[in-house]
Amino acid sequence: MKIGVLLKQVPASDSRIKINGDQTGIVTDDIKWEINPYDEFALEAGIQLVEGKIASSLVLISLGGKDAEARIKDGIARGVKAKPEAIRLDDAAFAGSDPLGEARIIAAAIQKAGIDLLLTGKQAIDDDNAQVPAMVAELLDRPQVTFVEQLEVAGDSLTAHRVMGGGQVDVVMSPVQAVVTCDKGLNSPRFASLPGIMKAKRAKIAVWGAADLGLDAGTVGAGAAVVSEGAYRLPADRPSGKIIEGADAAAKVKELVRLLRDEAKVL
Amino acid sequence: MFVDTETQADLREAARQAAESILGPSVKADDESETYRKDLFAALGEAGLCGVSTSEEFGGLGLGYSEYIVVLEEIAKVSSSYAVSVAVSGLPQVILAAYGNQAQKEKWLPGLAAGELLGAFALSEPESGSDAGSLSTTAVRDGDDFVLNGTKFWITHGGYADIYVVMARTGGPGSKGVSAFLVPGDAEGLSFGKKEEKMGMRASPTVELIFEDCRVPASSMLHNEGQGMHVALSALDSGRITIAATANGLSQAALDVAAKYATERRQFRKQIIDFQGVGFMLADMAADLEAARLLVRKAAWLKDEGQSFSTIAAMAKLKATDTAMKVTTDAVQVLGGYGYTREYPVERFMRDAKVMQIVEGTNQIQRLVLARALKRKYEA
Ligand SMILES: Cc1cc2nc3c(=O)[nH]c(=O)nc-3n(C[C@H](O)[C@H](O)[C@H](O)COP(=O)(O)OP(=O)(O)OC[C@H]3O[C@@H](n4cnc5c(N)ncnc54)[C@H](O)[C@@H]3O)c2cc1C
Repeated sequence: MKIGVLLKQVPASDSRIKINGDQTGIVTDDIKWEINPYDEFALEAGIQLVEGKIASSLVLISLGGKDAEARIKDGIARGVKAKPEAIRLDDAAFAGSDPLGEARIIAAAIQKAGIDLLLTGKQAIDDDNAQVPAMVAELLDRPQVTFVEQLEVAGDSLTAHRVMGGGQVDVVMSPVQAVVTCDKGLNSPRFASLPGIMKAKRAKIAVWGAADLGLDAGTVGAGAAVVSEGAYRLPADRPSGKIIEGADAAAKVKELVRLLRDEAKVL
Repeated sequence: MFVDTETQADLREAARQAAESILGPSVKADDESETYRKDLFAALGEAGLCGVSTSEEFGGLGLGYSEYIVVLEEIAKVSSSYAVSVAVSGLPQVILAAYGNQAQKEKWLPGLAAGELLGAFALSEPESGSDAGSLSTTAVRDGDDFVLNGTKFWITHGGYADIYVVMARTGGPGSKGVSAFLVPGDAEGLSFGKKEEKMGMRASPTVELIFEDCRVPASSMLHNEGQGMHVALSALDSGRITIAATANGLSQAALDVAAKYATERRQFRKQIIDFQGVGFMLADMAADLEAARLLVRKAAWLKDEGQSFSTIAAMAKLKATDTAMKVTTDAVQVLGGYGYTREYPVERFMRDAKVMQIVEGTNQIQRLVLARALKRKYEA
């Protein structure tokens, strides 16, 4: 069984995001990039499946420019014991793809690479769309199991526990030819070891473009996008809190109740 | 060489993550209870931190000291005890790489480089510290064996190590009568005496070794008979770079805590970093650390380039460890009363820094080495 893992490069979760002048994106100058944190759970799951000899091989796939190579190498370094293959999907024709365009590119790559089980993060923390894995599954006509926090693979089938909120858990069975999106709690992702980093430096990353994937360039990229981005804006500043002054606790509570009733109008 | 290469930056980040996740959780408790954990060392090995400069052929990373110092600095920022542990277990590795024969290398290097085996270096004795050439532990030839008798003092990893490089007297008095041996931790006739109760570096075990008719095969000898002090001193030349790097990590950790605190703590309605007395102290800490770091980088670079480096290594050890002592002491001062409590790590940093001025040649001995070099150069 061949496992595919999608890796997306995103700004580090503690980045200070600034919007660029013409509101078409964020300022990337001071951004530290990392693997999307949810993808790390997918990666760890993939590595474990190969280490546990449940899967035979691991393929890391990233749709992104040359600068995404560092993230792929990070993935190779962590998964060094599973000897992953790596593919970067890149072509001028891909620029400006919307989620559906991205899904078309990725789906074509999954087919070409002969991936059985595709593991992804449940969403990417940059735009939080959570659309691509679902669309990939649909395009490939495969089952999708989302928000998975526990995964067992045996033979041709998998059993996954899905987080439903409110403490409820959904247990789903599926053939392994599926798309599984991974959530926190699935595992604890490992760091790269020093030997892993050194081996990853020498690793080859294949680059596949539209022609390699047999894609009609008219179905991807900006021209084919059905969703477009308007403008980027930061959320409004939260109004600052109010410290209630008063002689003692009783006086403060009285003032609090007054404010809740008269100003906030919640009582 | 002034800033990290891409590889060094990647290794730094990985070493930082490994040190924080492996050592961070128990560093305070282990200092207080004086506990060394071999499993933590093994975990550092698993992360690839224990054989940076050992060749790939023997399971190391095959990198230089320029990379090794980056890794040690990052470990030391979390725990100088474990930075010293990695550095000390590195000594048998440099010795084997330089002086071991093929069989000795094959037997010990892969395990040491992987951190599966723990190494130690046994030179000091109760009556011979700085004057190491006067050591009195003996190794007497008996058929195909050598039989060791005597006591070693202050041995880091004593009782924990799988393999000790032991300097013992096989000939007459003085340095020329000393040979180096590989002694396994479970060798018959080797036992362990007192574990020192120390001021700092308390997670690192410092233990007495007792040799009583300890028999090792003659094939355990490293290099040639009578070359033991040469083996030991050349290892210490490299070791000084590692202690200096450890000291820099400690200084950086202290500066990080102090500078952050000085921007957060307010007195007289000002951040205390805005008082010149505090701000200038932090400025000196940063400048001294940067200077020490450049010296250590130069020593490592010279070694990697195959040039003679022992004078610069002595300077690096001297400056980096004196700097660590000053920077950690000043860090306590910047934190005031809080700095003196065990709630903050700077008091531990200060206790840990002190021993760096003593081990691998006291700082007086470093000055002696430097003064002798000057004398040789300027004497008519
Ligand atoms: C925590 C710790 C770990 C250690 N680990 C190891 C280890 O793993 N293996 C090992 O072999 N040893 C180890 N040592 C021993 C260490 O190397 C010695 O303590 C050190 O070499 C100094 O020797 P000494 O303590 O006998 O001091 P001494 O040599 O007695 O020195 C006492 C004082 O006299 C000064 N002095 C001595 N000679 C001169 C001189 N010629 N000129 C000027 N000043 C001089 C010294 O600088 C010092 O200030 C360790 C020590 C400690 C504290």
